[in-house]
Amino acid sequence: MLINSIAVLAGLGFAVGVMLVIASKVFKIDSNPLIDDVASLLPGANCGGCGFAGCAACAEAIVEQGAPVNSCPVGGFEVAKQIGALLGQEVTESEKEFPFVRCQGGNQHCTTLYDYHGVENCKVALMLCDSRKGCTYGCLGLGTCVQACQFGALSMGEDGFPVVNKALCTSCGNCIAACPNGVLTFARDSEKVHVLCRSHDKGKDVKAVCEVGCIGCKKCEKECPAGAIRVTEFLAEIDQEKCTACGACVAICPQKAIELR
Amino acid sequence: MAESLFTIFLEGVFIKNFLLIQFLGLCSFVGVTKDLKSASGMSGAVVFVMAMAATVSFALYNFILVPLKLEFLRTIAFIVVIAALVQLVEFIVRKHVPALYRSLGIYLPLITTNCAVLGAVLLNVMNDYDLAQSVVFGVAAGLGYTVAMLMMAAIRERSDLVEVPKSVGRGVTYAFFIATIMSMSFVNFFGVIPLE
Repeated sequence: MLINSIAVLAGLGFAVGVMLVIASKVFKIDSNPLIDDVASLLPGANCGGCGFAGCAACAEAIVEQGAPVNSCPVGGFEVAKQIGALLGQEVTESEKEFPFVRCQGGNQHCTTLYDYHGVENCKVALMLCDSRKGCTYGCLGLGTCVQACQFGALSMGEDGFPVVNKALCTSCGNCIAACPNGVLTFARDSEKVHVLCRSHDKGKDVKAVCEVGCIGCKKCEKECPAGAIRVTEFLAEIDQEKCTACGACVAICPQKAIELR
Repeated sequence: MAESLFTIFLEGVFIKNFLLIQFLGLCSFVGVTKDLKSASGMSGAVVFVMAMAATVSFALYNFILVPLKLEFLRTIAFIVVIAALVQLVEFIVRKHVPALYRSLGIYLPLITTNCAVLGAVLLNVMNDYDLAQSVVFGVAAGLGYTVAMLMMAAIRERSDLVEVPKSVGRGVTYAFFIATIMSMSFVNFFGVIPLE
């Protein structure tokens, strides 16, 4: 019985294997060998950060459809350089962008509406009710972005905020896509001044729920010597092209909602 | 012959519908029904795999496993057969319909672990079907899968254009609502063929 079982299964496996080998020869496709070469240079994480279905699809797009050689945000400049060498294209380095948390309400400064005991996921919490926080724009702090990161670059900080570890971050953008409130956006390292609030509510409403939210008072707009700040719908926005990082707005902001880093 | 081929066919398509009555193979039901094209491609592949699997597993079971009294190996043996057939289908689709291959993506290899296929061949064995009955049931199960997949894809394509309450959401949540309603309507087929 035992011998028979082993023999049958082994024989079955062997027969199937032979059949598949023959089939793979019969149905062989002649693909561009360059695609495989490019694919072997890509990280193989299949994270989707490039906007294609996976690393194989990205390689195909680079070779056949003329997608840029730096399509892969995870591989970064190094991979782009190697692919460029393979395809005979010059590659210039562009500055890397990292996810940036545009909220500082957290558990300390922003009111909490109710105790949430459920799945630790911001999307689920949002389905239950508009927000578990007083502010409907801010970080819910349940870590959906942390779960979305395949590279372990995000973690939950003490105050219920995601913290970005730039050494591990690959700029794939999965966390940004995962955040239901759009709290995370890309920011370059050379961009020094940031508004740490996303609330478009009126100043009075912001003050009612959050100690550090932008109230749209326009003091920064008047103070900025470069004219880089504009307040639209009660929220200051910084034009990073014009900003000289002089720090005037940071000093004047009554809510401490602008950060110079 | 206990059951006529026609009865087996109708049963396979409607009364024992694999997706809506037996709840087998739901991952592809939700995953590949976003548009009609990939749903029909996936269904075609499943019909082919089910028909082939019914034939091959019948031969394997009755000519190898039963004479050797190794019936208990049927599950693992069938899994091997199905996996091999899926690989074969993958080769063929990749060679001849590359567009379909890309749109199916991960779901094509997932037929390997599609419980609907394994369910079909195991039900064949449990019901003691002969070769003709097995093949008819396999094809019928595949067609039942196709019917459900195409209906689902058609509904989802249309419902993409309408307003859906935010609390219901889109995507998977919404798909399961549709699936539930479709399943309830398929229960009405139970009375169509009188059970002997």
